[in-house]
Amino acid sequence: MKTLVIAEHDNTSLKAATLNAVAAAQALGGDIDILVAGASCDGAAQAAAQVPGISKVICADNAAYEHQLAENISLLVAEIGSDYDNLLAASTANGKNFMPRVAALLDVGQISDILSVESADTFTRPIYAGNVIATVTSSDAKKVITVRTTAFDAAPAEGGAAAMESCAAAHEAGVSTFIREEVAVSDRPELTSASVVISGGRGMQNGDNFSLLEGIADKLNAAIGASRAAVDAGFVPNDYQVGQTGKIVAPDLYIAVGISGAIQHLAGMKDSKVIVAINKDEDAPIFQVADYGLVADLFEALPALEASL
Amino acid sequence: MKALVAVKRVVDYNVKVRAKSDGSDVDLNNVKMAINPFCEIAVEEAVRLKEAGTVSEIVAVSVGGSGCQEQIRTALALGADRGIHVEVDGTIEPLSVAKLLKAVVEQEAPDLVIMGKQSIDGDNNQTGQMLGALTGMGQGTFASEVKVGDGSVEVVREVDGGLQTISLKLPAIITTDLRLNEPRYASLPNIMKAKKKPLDTFTPDQLSVNVKTHVTQSSVAPPPERAAGIKVEDVAQLVDKLKNEAKVIS
Repeated sequence: MKTLVIAEHDNTSLKAATLNAVAAAQALGGDIDILVAGASCDGAAQAAAQVPGISKVICADNAAYEHQLAENISLLVAEIGSDYDNLLAASTANGKNFMPRVAALLDVGQISDILSVESADTFTRPIYAGNVIATVTSSDAKKVITVRTTAFDAAPAEGGAAAMESCAAAHEAGVSTFIREEVAVSDRPELTSASVVISGGRGMQNGDNFSLLEGIADKLNAAIGASRAAVDAGFVPNDYQVGQTGKIVAPDLYIAVGISGAIQHLAGMKDSKVIVAINKDEDAPIFQVADYGLVADLFEALPALEASL
Repeated sequence: MKALVAVKRVVDYNVKVRAKSDGSDVDLNNVKMAINPFCEIAVEEAVRLKEAGTVSEIVAVSVGGSGCQEQIRTALALGADRGIHVEVDGTIEPLSVAKLLKAVVEQEAPDLVIMGKQSIDGDNNQTGQMLGALTGMGQGTFASEVKVGDGSVEVVREVDGGLQTISLKLPAIITTDLRLNEPRYASLPNIMKAKKKPLDTFTPDQLSVNVKTHVTQSSVAPPPERAAGIKVEDVAQLVDKLKNEAKVIS
């Protein structure tokens, strides 16, 4: 059995989500190759070659792949994928964007967001915002799969020495053009890979009050997240959103502040190891999933918490 | 310019769905059904484009059992001009939906296809992208802003680090994210008017599409329960528990 993992990267380095996808590939067994498609992406390809247990890294270095435009990447993956039994990518915004295109080009179904590998053709995945876990079996000879990164512990990043192969195929579909990207620059860890996350909800009242979370985040080296209510109210940008349709996180410690705990939010964080909830409403549903609940006014609790860390 | 909007009938988002006790499937008896929230945003976007004079006709299409005519009527009440129902009983997979939508696209030749990024039942997030591959159209997935130009459309997309802006040649596919717009409510007169708007029904055979099964669901189960936690008295006790019991901070 041969599996191709399509790397998540920024051309210079490999993103951690790739290692979660590699872990899912290892659960399937067999030979694993990694495809790095990008432009001037040698750095990412070199990093991929260091992942232990990888047979080879295929580096497709072409301007058409620089911004991961789905129309171009999917043509490349469908072509290279003809040699593989399984095609895997992390279920990130990027993986979600191009993988279904790959599946349709290959005329196979896609299994989205797998949580576990039960056998070579059977997987579990969340449906209905994670309120139900479905066991599904694919009857396709070739499987196109996206991986819920929080469900698979990352494979080691270093220690391997995979062979490097370059792929000259240039697929420019000619229907899409990249214009610009506005990416928030932050010294904090990435939300999806941070070991501590502190999130604010509607109870924060405004965007300025998020500074109350920053002091704590600095002390715990935490990422800052938010509920959809806080994002919709304009307190923070959309890339802070944790939930069913935002980011899925599973840190060692998740601190929910002023978040009531709608099921759409719980779907994004309930697999965290330890959950702390701070909310002045003692009936808030967030307390039903919290290991430690503190019924308190957050404007008193947060400064006290920062001072005691 | 013509816009095709795809809508799906799903369990209302306020309903907490549970697995049946025998684990065979989810329990959908007597559950309230509604238009998928992302599809509602898609309809709203098309209606706004029509109000702005960019779009001249909106066609709402739904694939599913006879019940989904209700959701087509909802779209018509919100401002779509006519409906197309592709009647398929039972569960239907994203790839099959995409193939059926491709047949409708060939029939209708829309300039824009607007649909939800995912449905809140299957949470697959596949159909728009698959339709893109099958038709060769460009895709603006997870859209938070759409600007239609001359022969192209600029789409601001919600991506992991922030926002990405791309330009697509028309015809193109847009899949909506939550912040694209806030859908309106249908007024009573518009609900009445929607009943008289044309709605055509097709079968997959009439569209020459062979509906196949690629992925079968064998069982469902509730997610692992979290053990009940405790309430702490104050911040000092919280910090103590995190340090000495949970050992997640030092």
